[in-house]
Amino acid sequence: MTAVRCVDLCKTYRQGDQDIKALDHLSLEIGEGGFVCLSSPSGGGKTTLLNAIGGLDKPDQGEVYIAGQRIDNLSKGELAELRLRRIGFVFQAYNLIPVLTARENVEFVMQVQGVPAADRGRKALDILAEVGLEGLEDRRPAEMSGGQQQRVAVARAIVSRPALVLADEPTANLDSKTSDGLMELFTELNEHHGTTFVIASHDQRVMGYAKRIVRMLDGRIVDDIQQDAA
Amino acid sequence: MNLVLRLAWRNLWRQPRRTWLTTGAMVFSNVLLIFMISLQFGMYRLMIDNSLQAFTGHMQVQAPGYIDDQKIRQTVPNVRQLAAALRQELGSETIAARASTFVLASSEERTYGIAVYGIEPQFEPQVSSIPGLITAGRFLDADDAAEIVIGSVLARNLRVSVGDELTLLGSGKDGSFAAAVVTVAGIFESGVPDIDRSVAELPLGLFQDVFYMEGSGHQVVVNAPRLSEADTLQSEVEALLPPGQDLVVQDWDALQPGLKQAIQADMSSAFFMYGILVILVAFSVLNTQLMSVLERTREFGIVMALGLTPGRLGRLVLLETAMMGLMGVALGALLGGALTWWLGVHGFSYPGMEEMATKFNLPARMYPRVTLTSLLAGPAVVMLFSLLAALYPALRLHRLHPVEAMRAA
Repeated sequence: MTAVRCVDLCKTYRQGDQDIKALDHLSLEIGEGGFVCLSSPSGGGKTTLLNAIGGLDKPDQGEVYIAGQRIDNLSKGELAELRLRRIGFVFQAYNLIPVLTARENVEFVMQVQGVPAADRGRKALDILAEVGLEGLEDRRPAEMSGGQQQRVAVARAIVSRPALVLADEPTANLDSKTSDGLMELFTELNEHHGTTFVIASHDQRVMGYAKRIVRMLDGRIVDDIQQDAA
Repeated sequence: MNLVLRLAWRNLWRQPRRTWLTTGAMVFSNVLLIFMISLQFGMYRLMIDNSLQAFTGHMQVQAPGYIDDQKIRQTVPNVRQLAAALRQELGSETIAARASTFVLASSEERTYGIAVYGIEPQFEPQVSSIPGLITAGRFLDADDAAEIVIGSVLARNLRVSVGDELTLLGSGKDGSFAAAVVTVAGIFESGVPDIDRSVAELPLGLFQDVFYMEGSGHQVVVNAPRLSEADTLQSEVEALLPPGQDLVVQDWDALQPGLKQAIQADMSSAFFMYGILVILVAFSVLNTQLMSVLERTREFGIVMALGLTPGRLGRLVLLETAMMGLMGVALGALLGGALTWWLGVHGFSYPGMEEMATKFNLPARMYPRVTLTSLLAGPAVVMLFSLLAALYPALRLHRLHPVEAMRAA
């Protein structure tokens, strides 16, 4: 079964007088349980592709399918629902809600999803323990290190066991040890839960963990390599 | 506490100074509104009660059309008996019969046109404050004595005092010439210039003899225990009117249209000022919430990326405003209620108040009256307008695009 399918995607941005082709007739297919790293130099189009897959941005042309459902023609509300229920996001800058504790940040998304209060608390504690944050549940983001915050962000992204996790430069602000810890966590989730990961990164360490590396340049795929995980 | 409530509450305190400033504006306006509305309503009630108790009463039984054209021929037949029947049926003593006409009142030196009322000396004190406002001499006591009480200004104008004689010249009910010589038994000072200048009272028996009234009069004055009970009492009085007699019951509003107009004019100007105050507070809330939303653009972009809809985020902004508004209402009601209650007990005065007090027969000190309405009406409007003001920043979130929002600084 295909987790993600992109067909002939085009996206052009206007920058000053210039048109920048962020996606240039790009097609890509990712199977369920895939662990893919999108790699490109800055401006190569990996974040634009990730945004198109996550329904955060609409392509100018082409089609995007998630688990067989076409999403590029969905309304804002339908896309929000899709992201809420089926996609987990991890961002470069952690992006936690600063006034909520680690546990509350994880619970917040579940509350929006309509998870009953009793389950929310238990699930939040379990997932935080799973990402190695036992004992830090009641700390606010400002009281945690970058790595710990990114783990909270991961916990928030995976707590509802989405089939697809999209991560945009998740290790960009982390030191090497923390980056390895995060990637090992991703690998474990991929292997044990079958979660599909699509990670936009030009970090060699991240690429080392990926089963497949898709290299992009100027909005096009220039290389697509299957590799054994580290 | 629900997580969304917790989030909204904590969001408020990201910028505590700004939240306190906005809440402070709400509290201040709520205190002011509570005090002013309590004072206004207390004053209106006092104005109405004092004006009506002075002479008019809460309602009057009259002949139809008498209110617009006060001819002596437009009578209430057997007025004394009707008043007695109403007193008995309603179990109330605050009902009295009257007759009235216009006469020329002449002293040795001067002549003035005045309104002269025939009153029942025994019952008039229950429906009018004039008997208690005698400053010289005494009030009338015999129903047929050739005596009169007059206002202080009229006494000054006619240059008479207690014991002097006045000659009254007018027309009787049948159109014939009517005249009487009466002795000034007392002089009253109501504080209402119009009454003190142009009103005099005679015993009803004497009035009926002099003006050939044949037992009739012009009004049965009825006072309710409280203004709020006047409507109910009016229905009861109407039901007790003798069948077959063409009579109407006029309420205080019809009897004293000037009073209601004065209140309405005062209310209009006051509510215009309150409106400006509320709009200023609403703009303060708008500014705060707009700033708050703009500051959190990136954060909103993130939670939208996670799957929250702009509608949910908008509701969060409204919830934050509602919490701020509730703080404003609670603190405002507490402080405003306490201050107004204290002033209600001790009273207060301000420069220039004497003039208004004299005009509307009010006491020299004001006593605001806290009621549930005066306590909650102003704060409720402030709350409502605050929420309306927060609608703009809340609706603005619908224009937010997650990718662009996440790029915001």
